[in-house]
Amino acid sequence: MQQQSNRFFYNVDWVTILIYVALCAIGFMNIYATEYNPDIAIPLSKAKYIKQLTFIGSGLLIGFVILLLDAKFFSVFAPIIYGTTVFLLLIVLVVGRNVGGNQAWIAIGSFRLQPSEFAKFGTALLLARYISSFNVKLTTLKPILICAAIIVLPMCLIMLQPDAGSMLVFLSFMFPLYREGLSGNLLIIFWGMVLLFILNLYFAPSILISSILILGALFIYYNRKKQQKIISISIITIIAIGYLFVAKFLFNNVLQQHQRTRIELILGLTKDNKGAGYNVIQSQTAIGAGQVTGRGFLQGTQTKFKFVPEQSTDFIFSTVGEEWGFVGCFVVIALFIFLLLRIINIAERQRSSFSRVYGYCIACIIFFHVFINIGMAIGIMPVIGIPLPFISYGGSSLWSFTILLFIFLKLDSNRMGFI
Amino acid sequence: MDQLFNRKYIIQGLFVLLALILLGKLFYIQIATDKYFVNANSNALRKIYVYPARGVILDRNNKVLAQNQPTYDLLVTPKLVKPFDTLSLCQIIGVDMPTFREKLRKATVRSRYQASIFQKLLSVQTYAALQEKMANYQGFDVQKRTIRYYPDSIASQFLGYMREVTQTDLEKYEGYYKSGDYIGKAGIEKEYEVDLRGTKGVTHMLYNARNVAQGRYADGKLDSMAISGDQLTSTIDSRIQKLGEELLANKVGSVVAIEPNTGEILAFVSSPGYDPNKLVGSNFSNNYRDIFANPNRAFVVRPIQGGYSPGSAFKPLDALIALSEGVVDPNTTFNCPGYYIAGNRRFKCEHVDGNTALRWGISRSCNTYFYNIFAKMMTKNGFSNTKQQAAYEAWQNKVRKFGIGDTLGIDFPGEKAYKLYRAKDYSKIYGKYWGNTTIMSVAIGQGEISTTPLQMANIMAIIANKGYYIKPHVVKAIGSGRKIDPKYKEKHYVGIDAKYFDPVIDGMQDAVNTATGTATESRLRDIIMCGKTGTVQNSRGKNHSVFIGFAPRDNPKIAIAVIIENGGYGGSYAAPIASFITEKYLTDSLSGRLINGATLQKYKDANLLPVPKTIKPIKPTSKTDSLKADSIKKAAPKGKTNVAVNNFNKEAIKPKNNATAKQ
Repeated sequence: MQQQSNRFFYNVDWVTILIYVALCAIGFMNIYATEYNPDIAIPLSKAKYIKQLTFIGSGLLIGFVILLLDAKFFSVFAPIIYGTTVFLLLIVLVVGRNVGGNQAWIAIGSFRLQPSEFAKFGTALLLARYISSFNVKLTTLKPILICAAIIVLPMCLIMLQPDAGSMLVFLSFMFPLYREGLSGNLLIIFWGMVLLFILNLYFAPSILISSILILGALFIYYNRKKQQKIISISIITIIAIGYLFVAKFLFNNVLQQHQRTRIELILGLTKDNKGAGYNVIQSQTAIGAGQVTGRGFLQGTQTKFKFVPEQSTDFIFSTVGEEWGFVGCFVVIALFIFLLLRIINIAERQRSSFSRVYGYCIACIIFFHVFINIGMAIGIMPVIGIPLPFISYGGSSLWSFTILLFIFLKLDSNRMGFI
Repeated sequence: MDQLFNRKYIIQGLFVLLALILLGKLFYIQIATDKYFVNANSNALRKIYVYPARGVILDRNNKVLAQNQPTYDLLVTPKLVKPFDTLSLCQIIGVDMPTFREKLRKATVRSRYQASIFQKLLSVQTYAALQEKMANYQGFDVQKRTIRYYPDSIASQFLGYMREVTQTDLEKYEGYYKSGDYIGKAGIEKEYEVDLRGTKGVTHMLYNARNVAQGRYADGKLDSMAISGDQLTSTIDSRIQKLGEELLANKVGSVVAIEPNTGEILAFVSSPGYDPNKLVGSNFSNNYRDIFANPNRAFVVRPIQGGYSPGSAFKPLDALIALSEGVVDPNTTFNCPGYYIAGNRRFKCEHVDGNTALRWGISRSCNTYFYNIFAKMMTKNGFSNTKQQAAYEAWQNKVRKFGIGDTLGIDFPGEKAYKLYRAKDYSKIYGKYWGNTTIMSVAIGQGEISTTPLQMANIMAIIANKGYYIKPHVVKAIGSGRKIDPKYKEKHYVGIDAKYFDPVIDGMQDAVNTATGTATESRLRDIIMCGKTGTVQNSRGKNHSVFIGFAPRDNPKIAIAVIIENGGYGGSYAAPIASFITEKYLTDSLSGRLINGATLQKYKDANLLPVPKTIKPIKPTSKTDSLKADSIKKAAPKGKTNVAVNNFNKEAIKPKNNATAKQ
């Protein structure tokens, strides 16, 4: 038994690895397509697709190394890994390279590292470790606050870079907590607040306040016999109104101008086809141009001729859309959904709650990336610049997702043992 | 944990639901709408058009009537414009600063990335001045194209003109044209637009986001070369066309000459005309407005749109039908006491011709003779109204065979039919009770009959051919070796035997070549011209002068119709003008002879333009015989007109005594 578990691929879920390889291959092909130009040869040393190939290769290497490690390693070293990633997030604020307005990169030789990518699995590991520890129940306040602290610390550090996109990714940890017992009401309250925040931008405060008051009055009227409820409804109403002002303040004073613009664009509050809206318009145009079956591999004109900015990273999905059409998009989304449902099913078969929580964490992180990334490419989500897992160009993000996934595969291969 | 285990499904369900939202939106932008697809193509794929040279138009002797000249358009690509010395550019192209800024703004609205026309039709001089400084004006570019040039400045209405396509044209021609293209809008340029324009070449170029060309789309498989337009050889003889236009200067009227055995139109003069080069280039609008403002309507193509009662020119046709019906023979005589009595009405004849047979009747243009034969034709089956009306119906059908009352089908836009009443049309006016006396004026080509000059010339071609015509047409060859429509080769027989033509032709020969004839002004030195004058009563002013004829008598080469509005007697202007043109055509020279004691130059100089007596509100006259179908927008002399007074008119041309009294 001991011997077997030390072998490379013992009990490893091959289906997941196959999907992983398929998604990496799709990424490689589309990065190749964005650069492809029959007339201008790009030197191989500068070609992104060559670099991506090395990222995929080294990613697989990292994955195998992870499979070599003892499954207990991650549980035991979770606090240290978390601590290291938080430390890197601090370091980057001091020595980081500023790229595109965000101080998010640490340069090591010719490589650039994005600590926020690695903070994801650090946080996931520590969260899993904490929740799986004895006697932690997410129905009481203290564990919830501790979990919140684990999540919010890296968020705050990332916000200082400032990189809102990567920061928002950490919101996806809410769902593993929900799976582990966090009240659904808290989630509803949270997303209710998000909704109010958005409505706050659409409507004048007077309209919102009066409608909240009317709503509150209606609830009180229907619960007029229950004093306890009347009090709590009154408190919620007052908090909601207070929140409106806080949200307004946050929006106007805390968010950066370009983030405000993006949010306003996505909500249709402003129209700007050549400025910040340009990315989305061009991306939509490219995807729309694909129609049912796409223009064909290397035949995309929008994506090849640099109409879409951030082509190989944030907007790689527009290449998929243009060259492979609806069919290609469907295949990519289906692969992701299949992967995620499988991860959750695998997570549920774990004996150890550490593995299960960790599985939920990575499923939710990956899903958050997929939904936001594709959503912004087709214009239903604000452009917050997060990569499409396994497909977007970039070493940090590919390694980070590879590590996330392969740690889970290692944990799963050891599902019979104890962690 | 059972309860919490269920949360798995909530989370998985959320994943699937949100994925479906993504797919739904993807379905919309990729499949449900092609908005993005179309945008994508206009983003990156651009069609670069190469304009072919427009076909040249030649006359029948291969002399160039219409050719091409280079012109230049200034293009601007707003995205590439860098700050520069705008004032200098404004000065070169002759616009002021506000206009300049407005044009640049409009171009930016059209497209920031695509070049659009900033200033059209720059002259070669402007282009030269611009070319020196072009390097300073980034984002501006010059595109060469060609516009028309008409070397002789003749045949304006014949050639027509070109102008920018309208929205209607864009829809009509299924996407060949795009905004800013030019299209033939009148005359030959319109009728043969498809042959003349050629085929645009197109290059599908791919452009990147910075508007830099990235090469040809699909390796140029969809690209095509420009194919030059076809050369048209028209049937016009520019020598007589030019002479005709000179002779009709300062007159309102028309000359149509046809080669009888081919139906080819040799001259197609419409006066007043204009210089066709005025409707080319940047002054189009102003010049168009000026030409349009001419009270004598220079845009009316009189050879096919002017309607005139043929008057006495109708008489040969009348005689032919009478002969073919057998109601008279060439020797049948009628006495002309100077009038004709029909019922209780007395119709005047201009002179007392005594006992008149066919040949004398035609040469003297004796009204009485023609009233008589008309009455005979109408009453040949009996005197009852019904019988007469049936006879009239049969008669007018025979007249129709000569191409009267309907369009002839010339290959030219805008031909009008004008009128010839059917029996039922008269019944509408007169009820059941009408007979030959009611409509007697038709016998001498007045009243309810009107024709275009082309129809009159065609009647002469029929007589010259002794019984048939070929549809008159203006183009004899398209491109190299392409045949014209075979319908312009078919003979149309009018149903009258050739033997009946000789007596009529004899009469027409006498009209020109005997001292007592009415058309002696058209006599030629060594060539036998056959002809007939007409003096058409004009309710609005002085009579119209008409001459129709053909020459030479044997193996005729030219059939001609000349109408000079307000020219008075047929012999005053129409016959001399026809004579000069025929002489020029048949001998390629002008002998310099005098007609009625006047030189060719005197005829050219004569001014017969109507001048308005007073300008006052004009009541539309419902019964007019010419041009009433054309609307006119200005206070033109629609009512009373007077012929311009000039000495030449009074003194120089005095019809000889024997020609004074004729109808």
